[in-house]
Amino acid sequence: MSDPTIRVAERLDVLAAETSEGEQGLQQRSRTSKNELGREVGAVLRQSGLTLDPNDVDFERRDDEIMIINMGPAHPATHGVLRLMLELDGEFVLRSKTVIGYLHTGMEKTGEVLNYVQGGTNVTRMDYLSPIGNELGYSMAVEKLLSIEVPPRAVWIRMLMAELNRMSSHLVWMATNGLDLGASSMMIYGFRERELILAFFEKTAGLRLNLNYVRPGGVAADLPDGWEDDVLVICDTVEERSYEYDELLTGQPIFRGRMVGVAPIAAEEALALGVTGPLLRSTGVPWDLRRAMPYLAYDQVEFDVIVGTYGDNFDRYAIRLNEIRESARIVRQCLERMPSGDYRSQDPKVTPPPRARIDESMEALIHHFKLFTEGFHVPAGEVYSAIESQRGELGCYLVSDGGSKPYRLHVRAPSFVNLQAVPLLMRGGLLSDAITVVSTVDPVLGEVDR
Amino acid sequence: MIPLPPAAPPGVATAESLAADLGCFPTREQYFELVRAFKDDAFEMCVDLCAVDYLEHLDRALPEGVAPSRFEVVVNLLSLSKRQRVRVRVQAGDADPEVASLFSLYPGTEAMEREAFDLLGVLFSGHPDMTRILMPEDWEGHPLRKDYAVGRVPVQFKEAPGPR
Repeated sequence: MSDPTIRVAERLDVLAAETSEGEQGLQQRSRTSKNELGREVGAVLRQSGLTLDPNDVDFERRDDEIMIINMGPAHPATHGVLRLMLELDGEFVLRSKTVIGYLHTGMEKTGEVLNYVQGGTNVTRMDYLSPIGNELGYSMAVEKLLSIEVPPRAVWIRMLMAELNRMSSHLVWMATNGLDLGASSMMIYGFRERELILAFFEKTAGLRLNLNYVRPGGVAADLPDGWEDDVLVICDTVEERSYEYDELLTGQPIFRGRMVGVAPIAAEEALALGVTGPLLRSTGVPWDLRRAMPYLAYDQVEFDVIVGTYGDNFDRYAIRLNEIRESARIVRQCLERMPSGDYRSQDPKVTPPPRARIDESMEALIHHFKLFTEGFHVPAGEVYSAIESQRGELGCYLVSDGGSKPYRLHVRAPSFVNLQAVPLLMRGGLLSDAITVVSTVDPVLGEVDR
Repeated sequence: MIPLPPAAPPGVATAESLAADLGCFPTREQYFELVRAFKDDAFEMCVDLCAVDYLEHLDRALPEGVAPSRFEVVVNLLSLSKRQRVRVRVQAGDADPEVASLFSLYPGTEAMEREAFDLLGVLFSGHPDMTRILMPEDWEGHPLRKDYAVGRVPVQFKEAPGPR
């Protein structure tokens, strides 16, 4: 004879043990030291008291007054497999902690066994909404070590594709952010416009998502015939529709109520936490690597760096919406000024020969064989190259020992660092605002966990 | 090459590098003080922190006077006002790599130091929460170490009870 209540209790223990993240998770107050609690509450995860208001720290709170609940890892509003542990008092978030790693597939380790030619297929899968950005960061690091020049047409193609990618990524953000706030029509519109860009990617690179288009030495293929028309259509459509989104969302009272003044972050906090991208610019810091430390040909095109004032949800929304328009502006300039010439470096050690050359030249055949079996060798050294991806500074730290594979490939993922701001932004807010916080921080979990 | 900040501890080896405007090679004792000097010298952001396992290259080229060790912690600092990057490479030790945590200077290194600990087993003294971040809590070993082969360990699952 067994007591059903005991069985339930046992079962709960089993469930708790299965889902526990041990020390990585948010601990109950009774198990948290005063010091740590103060730090967590102060800066929530864990700034040294930057925003600590002593009145807010309620050490005496008992465990049965508050509740720790899990959001995720399979919650639709967490944009992937982010697990949030929220300590709630009623509907207010007291503390929170992000638990990550559910999508960890060891891509940095994988990067060490793939050679430099294959490496692009690996990094392009990290931030799956910005494949061009990942490939660009990686390729620029390899090119720096090789000290090779990329032909001007390749530079401008890269810039064109990077900005199109920024538009598509921000459109997905507009879409999912709309969905999180219940504006499901925005979800449909965002994905509709993104489809135009993905179709162009497919036409250019052959794939829609994980392109492996930008490669060390240039890009994989020249732009297709008639690309000017396609790009012009994309720019016209997206620009025009961005004003429709404006009408749909910007002035809408429900949308404003959940965005304006919600979850602000100060510039000092953002800098201290290493936060970059729209999250940093929303606090009024005009830091955009495209402007501050130009790469590619960004110093030759005109665009505005969009900054916010209050660092709240609405600023982050407005920045992304306007960055779509700025990207369209850059794309139009790429369209006008696209130089002719090679789309990849003609160094045979880096670039595979054209297919036709293999039939007639022994040397070309050897180069082709060497490139696709062994890959090319990169001089020993280490390099850090950074670009401004949609989510912030995407850095690639590459160590080469002179072989054909990276000795160490480390990617500084902007989402991974930006995620540290989540507990700070959520603190003291409502549970429903926690959804908007995750949304406006815009982490891509493929990149967070790598 | 940009100079070291005035408050830097004496005797820090420097070199030009591809990745940054200045590469510094402090000892473990100088490391924290050097980063603090950079922070006071308008390097507002710690952009990146990672570790490298140089098991196969213990004799790699380093500036004179720097004794190479197996593990190296690489810190990229960024000055927004001066638009400069600086890289600090500290030799973290061989068997039990450990360096000071930068958490009290740059709270944003919290996750990065946890990642370096998780994947390479470098300890950061003074870090408030030195736990794994990407791997499961009960994982054995540090996967990005060079003596940790790809696919050597079968996939580990949590201690799940048998079929219920």
